Amino acid sequence: MRWDWILPEPVSNLGAEIDSIYYLILIITGVIFVVVEVALVWFLIRYRRRDGRRAEYSHGNKTAEVVWTVIPFVLVLFIAYTSNDVWLKAKLADHEGGAPPDAIPMRVMAKQFEWNVTYPGPDGRLDTEDDFAVRNQLHMPVDRAVRVELGSDDVIHSFFLPDFRVKQDAVPGMMIPVWFEANRTGEYDWACAELCGLGHYRMRASVTVHEAGEFEQWQASRGTPAAARIAPADTAGAQPTTSESEESA
Amino acid sequence: MSAHGAVPVAVTRPMEGMKVYNQKLGMWVFLLSEVMFFSSLIGAYIILRFANPEQWAEPGVVLAVPLTAFNTFMLICSSVTMVKAFAAIEHGDQAGLKKWLLATILLGAAFVGIQVYEYIQLAGHGFVPMRDAYAAEGGPLYGATFYTMTGFHGTHVTIGVLCLIFTAIKAFRGHYTEMNYGGVEIMGLYWHFVDLVWIILFTIVYLI
Amino acid sequence: MSTTQLVAPNVSAQHWADPSHPDERPFIRKYVFSTDHKVIGCQFMFLSLFFLLVGGLLAMMMRWQLGYPGQPMPGGGVLPETMAPGGILLPEFYNSLVTMHGTFMIFFAIMPLLVGMFGNWLIPLHVGASDMAFPRLNMMSFWITIPAGLIMVASFFVAGGASGAGWTGYAPLSAVPEYSGVYMGQKLWCISLVILGFGSLMGAVNYITTIVNMRAPGMSWFRLPLPVWALFITSILVLLAMPVLAGALIMLLFDQLIGTSFFLPETGGQPLMWQHLFWYFGHPEVYILILPAMGIASEVISNGSRKPIFGYPAMVGAIVAIAFLGWVVWGHHMFMSGMNPLLGSSFMVSTMVIAVPSAIKVFNWLGTMWRGSIHFHVPMLNAVAFVAMFVIGGLSGVFMASTPVDIYIHDTYFIVAHLHYVLFGGSLFAIFAGLYYWFPKYYGRMLNPMLGKIHFALTFVFYNLVFFPMHNLGLAGHIRRIYDPNQYGFLEPLQPVNTFITLSAFLLGAAQLVFIFNLAWSLWRGQRAPANPWNANSLEWSLPSPPPHGNFTAMPHVYRGPYEYSVTGREADFWPQWEPPDGRPAPDHSPDGVLIGDQKPASREPHR
Repeated sequence: MRWDWILPEPVSNLGAEIDSIYYLILIITGVIFVVVEVALVWFLIRYRRRDGRRAEYSHGNKTAEVVWTVIPFVLVLFIAYTSNDVWLKAKLADHEGGAPPDAIPMRVMAKQFEWNVTYPGPDGRLDTEDDFAVRNQLHMPVDRAVRVELGSDDVIHSFFLPDFRVKQDAVPGMMIPVWFEANRTGEYDWACAELCGLGHYRMRASVTVHEAGEFEQWQASRGTPAAARIAPADTAGAQPTTSESEESA
Repeated sequence: MSAHGAVPVAVTRPMEGMKVYNQKLGMWVFLLSEVMFFSSLIGAYIILRFANPEQWAEPGVVLAVPLTAFNTFMLICSSVTMVKAFAAIEHGDQAGLKKWLLATILLGAAFVGIQVYEYIQLAGHGFVPMRDAYAAEGGPLYGATFYTMTGFHGTHVTIGVLCLIFTAIKAFRGHYTEMNYGGVEIMGLYWHFVDLVWIILFTIVYLI
Repeated sequence: MSTTQLVAPNVSAQHWADPSHPDERPFIRKYVFSTDHKVIGCQFMFLSLFFLLVGGLLAMMMRWQLGYPGQPMPGGGVLPETMAPGGILLPEFYNSLVTMHGTFMIFFAIMPLLVGMFGNWLIPLHVGASDMAFPRLNMMSFWITIPAGLIMVASFFVAGGASGAGWTGYAPLSAVPEYSGVYMGQKLWCISLVILGFGSLMGAVNYITTIVNMRAPGMSWFRLPLPVWALFITSILVLLAMPVLAGALIMLLFDQLIGTSFFLPETGGQPLMWQHLFWYFGHPEVYILILPAMGIASEVISNGSRKPIFGYPAMVGAIVAIAFLGWVVWGHHMFMSGMNPLLGSSFMVSTMVIAVPSAIKVFNWLGTMWRGSIHFHVPMLNAVAFVAMFVIGGLSGVFMASTPVDIYIHDTYFIVAHLHYVLFGGSLFAIFAGLYYWFPKYYGRMLNPMLGKIHFALTFVFYNLVFFPMHNLGLAGHIRRIYDPNQYGFLEPLQPVNTFITLSAFLLGAAQLVFIFNLAWSLWRGQRAPANPWNANSLEWSLPSPPPHGNFTAMPHVYRGPYEYSVTGREADFWPQWEPPDGRPAPDHSPDGVLIGDQKPASREPHR
């Protein structure tokens, strides 16, 4: 783990944009932190009690009040303004720069304590004959967006892809859109980020980003007629650390 | 004579607050918190109803509007009797205070009684708060929100009646005078608040 | 004696006409079921410090699991099989620890310390009253906290254990026992908090009435010490927020007990509605947890710097602004919840704006110290640490206020770092400052300063070693409320950090023994406290330590603000509020009690 407040390398372009907002805030708050804390320590040393010196009898300074009200106000609004577009790109359907129309649709259903991914199959559409489901594995091609419909079968979970800078709560009774795109191949972590019961800690899954063409091959080899069929090699879920006293799933 | 000497001296006035004596200010402040409580229940009702309009039946289909309208009228009358009780003691009319307090208690108790009767009738027709046992028109959220809102209101009326009984006992013991009626006044404030909440609930639960 | 009052005739004029007097009542009325605000404040102190210990122990157990996952905990053998067979914590017990640590700390430690203890200790004396407006209600407000606490503790020992749904209790996990494995425990959690809410509410009504109506002559609003302003505004927040929590808890209880479906989607309920209701309460709640701390810090910093508070009106304005804005930021806890992203944008703006009044306060504290004459007494050390740590907590908040950044850091240890920097680094250090400052007044003995400095130094160092690295854990993606991070490949390398934090946490816990020892020792053997050990200005320092029952021998008069330190031309570097102006005779009274001279007399009340 890095100790210098640098984030791990993101895997998506939008992730890189999110990171730049983070670095902007880091710089602004970092400067303020240093200035304020140094001033504090300086005052403690410089104005410590000494014989023959008395405190200055002053009740304040109106100009100072105005200055240190206006400057923080401007700074925070600037941060909010800069942040908003990236936020809407990530979350708002049909926002410019958001999910592209040719994104591959998938459905992810969270449940205690696993994730079930429904793929559209070669026809590229969900809820058709060639859909199939896989547990705890999300496969996607590089440089091509995926648009997930996220739901839950029981309690609130949270779909968290750290490398993609993607997070969205999965709420029972709601289907929520989440989109992301990888700019390089590899296998990446997928975690649950909302306390969902005793198995919350082991709701691990993985995202595999394939080279162009490889994803279509993979999908074709898995394609089977409708209805979620879980292939035998898919139990990639984590194993319990201890023998839990009561499975509540 | 020094202000903080050892000898007790005449009391001087505290800084003026709001020219409202402590018990009354306290009651107003408390009623503000009650507004927030009922707002949370009513807010939940509004959210759930907008999201699931099919779970509500047309007004009057499940709930007994005429009976409850009469009940509402009784509660409003009890606010009038409460005002009369307060007016009586403001003028030192002990007999009037006792009479009008008793009238308020009776009307309040009757309100609760009729509401309990209504609950029993409704439950008998399958209008219940549980999702599993709901058998009336509409859906279980209708029952859940109905019983929660009116139930907590009814609880507040019941507590009010009990407090009024204590007040009446004190009145019968001659505790209140035209110089000393704060206890009656703050009970009145509480009682009018409970009445006001009911008027709102009656409208949004029974009439809409 | 003449007793013309600003009261309706029925109100017992007792506590105005009644100057301080020895309390001749039996022990049980004097110290157990006491209506004396000072005693009640002390009772809150003991109760809350006990629960602070409980909350701390729960955290130590959590840290054991995170530092040494899956290993038997020393002493864990005493725990039942349902919690930790062979001393190894079970995941469901870990979830209960997480939940109950937050619950106890927030509701049974920090709130009663800041609002129950300091509210009772400070309000009547700071305004110049002989007690609270409603002393019996005050007593009830303390005693109702006890069953609430007992029920919460009991929830650990029922079948299914204590709630494991987080202190935030999100539905449907909290609403359906089959999802969490917790049956009775969750219901007890709800009931306990409803009861506690009643107690808080009683306190709020009392505090508001006392502050508005019972200020001594000359104590105008802008001569009030800042703790009173903070507690006044905090009480308004309590008044308006706790009932909303009560409503939400009742609906959650009904979902569990009666089978309603307020929060269950299968029959039309809305899980997000729980979050809206909870956070509508929850956000004002966190300001309840910080505003009194800010008031205490102001008091101590001004005293320790021997200098008036810089910008008193701005400080008051900032308190009001924080409280006001606190009602429109709740959605920032719900950015990832699935609510409309445009709502996210608007909550981001309001959340960013609320940083401004906090910044104003920090700059004013710095301005108070600037060109002061700083005395490093133990309260001052803690108050300065409060400022330094609150700055970190506040700045880390800016990251999560930005919605896109929150996508990454929500529900990670970055949030845990932030909340502990404001609640521990902020509130708790201010509580320590206030304890060291006011303990002498209420117990008549000083806390040992050497032990105080050792406690401060150890706490400060270990506290930062525990919580600062959590920022980096969060930035690496370390999720919250997670029993075994090693399940994840990307978190495994962070294990040494978790172990380091755990060791620091144990040392932090051990350091508190110094404080406990100091407290116990000083209660019996501490140096006797004079009336005004800190050379301070507010009214409580005009009285003996501890003050007599009824406080003042006669109603005090206030001549100036509370921060008149190092006034030009005066020899002493403080000028108490109660000292008459130089050359003026002590106030005299006309027969009907109207003060002559200094102030405009209150208008004559008709007998209503």
